Amino acid sequence: MSSALRHRLFSYGVVVPFAIVLAFPFVWMAVTSFKPEAQVYDPTKVWSFHPTLASYGFLFHHTGYVRWIKNSTFVGLMVVLITLVVAVPAGYALARLAGRVGRSLGVAIFLTYLVPPTLLFLPLSRVISRLGLEDRLWALILIYPSFTIPFAIWLLMGFFKSIPQELEDAALIDGCSRFGALVRIVLPISVPGLLTVVIFTFSLVVNEFVYAITFISSSTNRTLTVGVPTDLIRGDLYNWPGIMAAILIPSIPLALVYNAFLNRFITGFTGGAFR
Amino acid sequence: MLFIGALVGAPLVLAIYLSFTDATAGSLSGPWVGLGNFRQELHDPIFVDAVWHTFLFTAISQAVVIVCAGLLAHALVRPFRGRWLLRFFVLLPWAAPVALTAIGFLWFYDPQASIFTWFLIKLHLVSAINHPTWLGTPRAAMSSIITVQAWRTIPFATVIFIAGIASIPQEVDDAAAIDGATGMKKFWYVSLPLQLPIAIVAVLFGIVFTATDMVVPYILTNGGPFNSTQVLTTWAFQTGINSGNVGEGAAIALFMLPVLAFVVVGMLFFARRAEVT
Repeated sequence: MSSALRHRLFSYGVVVPFAIVLAFPFVWMAVTSFKPEAQVYDPTKVWSFHPTLASYGFLFHHTGYVRWIKNSTFVGLMVVLITLVVAVPAGYALARLAGRVGRSLGVAIFLTYLVPPTLLFLPLSRVISRLGLEDRLWALILIYPSFTIPFAIWLLMGFFKSIPQELEDAALIDGCSRFGALVRIVLPISVPGLLTVVIFTFSLVVNEFVYAITFISSSTNRTLTVGVPTDLIRGDLYNWPGIMAAILIPSIPLALVYNAFLNRFITGFTGGAFR
Repeated sequence: MLFIGALVGAPLVLAIYLSFTDATAGSLSGPWVGLGNFRQELHDPIFVDAVWHTFLFTAISQAVVIVCAGLLAHALVRPFRGRWLLRFFVLLPWAAPVALTAIGFLWFYDPQASIFTWFLIKLHLVSAINHPTWLGTPRAAMSSIITVQAWRTIPFATVIFIAGIASIPQEVDDAAAIDGATGMKKFWYVSLPLQLPIAIVAVLFGIVFTATDMVVPYILTNGGPFNSTQVLTTWAFQTGINSGNVGEGAAIALFMLPVLAFVVVGMLFFARRAEVT
């Protein structure tokens, strides 16, 4: 009992201060976002001020914010679709591919995920301009799968490996084709895993910055991550409350789904290699 | 089915391989300069500094991350009341788009209205007249971007560390208890070696994502003041995109390859060890 109590005290003692430090920036963003623009620099109004939703109104009605959200969502959904079409069969095959070959291939695919955008954006910018896709959202839809597919294959491999082979063998004996077994047996069991892949792929796309700032140049085609830092700053004037609101709106929902799907993400992420 | 999968996997590997060769070939879009770009960079003091800054940025932030994430993971691994909420707070910096939160920090580091300065003044640690300008002087700017990078990678490392700790079977714990191992001894001789492979993979990940990250330095300082926070990625971007010297920029970016190679070898090594144990 005393050991359990001590452990709990240790947990609270460590986690609470860390949680405060890690989450504080978001608290301060929220506070700033409700301030009237005239009061953000006022040292006497740090915590006591007249809360207002003016910045939120400004954001939605007088900037391209809604447009950027739509762009990010559109690119995200298209990339998720492409990723699933490629990664589901590939991940399944790699999970069932016996022996060293399957393992090595799996690790090789995973390593491609490590190749960073900052290494590839210059040559790719050439490719994009050759294809005539500069400043088009399709440029992003074309390029993003290069890192979402390896990532998704890796996660899916982890999930598929956890499904017992016997289930499929039974389906094959009952007259299912290999493909039929995948569609009727494996996929329905993997729905939570697939959902996890969808969510983390989508957030990878929404988070991406380097390609988006390199390939997109016009305000209407910007995605969320690029639009906010470039367009919400007018000359040298920063509309800080508006910017803070713009940060919080996508961050909070993303964090909620992350938290909800975290355990499955860990299973898939470590399962591919370590089980 | 297997063949289709292999056919999908193989072109993918090939595509990445090609993108690698393309990365070098891209720099040759003009007249052939051979190793000229590389030679020129090695003689450029800004570039040499950028290599050093990249190293500092990565090493310091990841050292902080290992310590903090290690502590956090041990505290979070067992269930307790309020864990869900606390874990949500801890995850926030990782889940939120970093390009956006980095702008948030631009505001927290504001020369006039920085909330950090306000706290320090209230605590009487700095004077109200002569307070630090977080992004204004070389040393402070470097510390500031390192802080942000550590802040945003702690959650990810924590999550993977937790997986590492949780993967140790209960039997091992029991066996250790029967053999009389407790506290630090158990941690040092039993838990740590068993979770080490996964933990190291998490750290290697952190190194890759930090050494090749552009967002945090780009948004907060864009390499300034006086190139004091110029890292390889921001310098490659400025050279390749802003100045239009694609070849030179690509050459700069390629200097990240040794880091990648080192990490990849490390990862393969530890992934294999994890499988054996």
